[in-house]
Amino acid sequence: MRTIPVLLFAAFAIALPLALAAGGQLFYVGFASRVLIYALAATSLNLVLGYGGMVSFGHAAFVGAGAYTASILLAEGIATAWVGWPAAMLVAALLALAFGAISLRTRGVYFIMITLAFAQMMFYLSNSIKAYGGDEGLTLPRRADFGLGIDLANEIVFYYVALALLGAALYALARLAGSRFGRAILAIRVNEARAEAIGFPVRRYKLLCFVVGGAVGGLAGALLASHGKYVNPNVFHWTQSGTLMIMVILGGVGRLWGGVLGAGALLGLEHLIAEVRIDWLAALAPNYAQHANLGVGLVLLAVVLFAPRGLADLFTRRRDG
Amino acid sequence: MSWVLLFEQSLNGLQFGLMLFLLAAGLTLVFGIMDMINLAHGSLYMLGAFFAAALVEATGSFLAGVLLAVPATALAGMMLERALLRRLYARDHLSQVLATFALILVLNETVRIVWGSDRPLALPAALSGPVELLSGLFYPSYRLLIIAVGLAVALLLHLLVGYTRLGMWVRAGAANREMALAMGVNIGTLFTAVFGIGAALCAVAGALLAPLLAVQVGMGENILIVAFVVIVIGGIGSIRGAFVGALLVGAVDTMGRTLLPIALGAFLPPQFASAAGPALASVAIYVLMAGVLFFKPQGLFPARA
Repeated sequence: MRTIPVLLFAAFAIALPLALAAGGQLFYVGFASRVLIYALAATSLNLVLGYGGMVSFGHAAFVGAGAYTASILLAEGIATAWVGWPAAMLVAALLALAFGAISLRTRGVYFIMITLAFAQMMFYLSNSIKAYGGDEGLTLPRRADFGLGIDLANEIVFYYVALALLGAALYALARLAGSRFGRAILAIRVNEARAEAIGFPVRRYKLLCFVVGGAVGGLAGALLASHGKYVNPNVFHWTQSGTLMIMVILGGVGRLWGGVLGAGALLGLEHLIAEVRIDWLAALAPNYAQHANLGVGLVLLAVVLFAPRGLADLFTRRRDG
Repeated sequence: MSWVLLFEQSLNGLQFGLMLFLLAAGLTLVFGIMDMINLAHGSLYMLGAFFAAALVEATGSFLAGVLLAVPATALAGMMLERALLRRLYARDHLSQVLATFALILVLNETVRIVWGSDRPLALPAALSGPVELLSGLFYPSYRLLIIAVGLAVALLLHLLVGYTRLGMWVRAGAANREMALAMGVNIGTLFTAVFGIGAALCAVAGALLAPLLAVQVGMGENILIVAFVVIVIGGIGSIRGAFVGALLVGAVDTMGRTLLPIALGAFLPPQFASAAGPALASVAIYVLMAGVLFFKPQGLFPARA
């Protein structure tokens, strides 16, 4: 039932960079890679927030930890992605384990706030590591080495690596949702007391979900640092956590494709307003592109008011009706 | 380390704490009574500062500008509540986060279009000098003024919430919203009023801090998180909790920044102490919050008993 849209999406995603390269639009290949990386980060948050029902407002802590881990290794001369990226995932996972173990003692609004506070802690800590740029950030000499004849410096190659990782993450998420663990997580989200009464180790399952989400977020961070060849403390800033959350809500909370749709829609919208000239708007306000966020904000408000269950829901509704 | 420094830093901590209280008081009421996460609360603080800067310039008087900025911001807050935010009360926290995050973007850009990215606001000349509190102890007179105004507003708020009918409704709403509704409290008007008060308090903080900090777009975003830390420590919905939490956070933050590097220097090599001190100081309030939540998951003064 789901295979046709998935195949269509895969065909589109695979053909996209080739078409762009043929049209001489190599810049857009880089942009598309950024969308894929954010889609990966948003998908990892969706596992925690949508599937696990834990409203984490600090996911940037794990994305940032991954970005910094990979960048520091690269700056120290360990350039191979086979060390840097798993290390990024490991550090992010350990951090998620520590933060999650404490945060999961609280619930509701207090959970939202304590995850936010942990991420802000990372923001200030990263500002103070003077050895790796402090508040100015760290510029990397180059992207990670992948080996196997795969050259990540090439935009198109990088795109396909990011696409493969996103595809793997989506496949894993789909499998996870159908597994015993996924069912248990869902049951916990719907009714925690009942799940506990049935005999599920609720706290441990939630923590595991939180840690897996953090680890995948760390991988997205490593990709992000490699892609831009730059990392700075703003990857930890709470507005970054907010942006990821917006992507998930926009795309569809707890929907397999929610993170992908949300990342594509938000980044696409930002880009559209900032970079693509709209003649009638330019005639009204010549500098409108500098105020792209105004348009983004208004569109987001419209989504909250008129499409409260996210973009993924629009597709479903059409199929049902 | 001298006693003068310690005294000076205590006053700075008190001043920071009182300004935090002004922000946190509105936030905790909106949070506690309407069960609404308002990320755009920091934008009202920014709006207050910009209103003050523009009105001081227009009127030529610091006092008049600040006094006009407060009702202007309150009005803007109430308009926002009526037009947009009241649609969100019944929605889940995620929708509120998304909508108020979007509102931050909209308000930031609107301010940028109207006033530009930043705007100077100079201290009034009469208040720019220090005063001698004790012999040999000088303290900036403007900071003393901030402390005085902060204490006065806190007292006023205490009287308003504790001893007026409006305050009674507010407390009833925070303790049990459905019951307050059932008892005939006009929730719609109450919510708008609370929002207006919150916005006015933001404006007082924004306008008073404007000459000390920079008036710029985005100024509300970092302090918003600190205000959230305050209300979580104090207990959501509790004004008293916000007051205690704000003073606690103000003191820990200010003293941490001064004392931690000195304390670490006593038993660590200096180059390490100078690097670790500020880092530890800036996370001190988050550690405080995690510690409070660990022992009292509902904060120090839970509004719902």
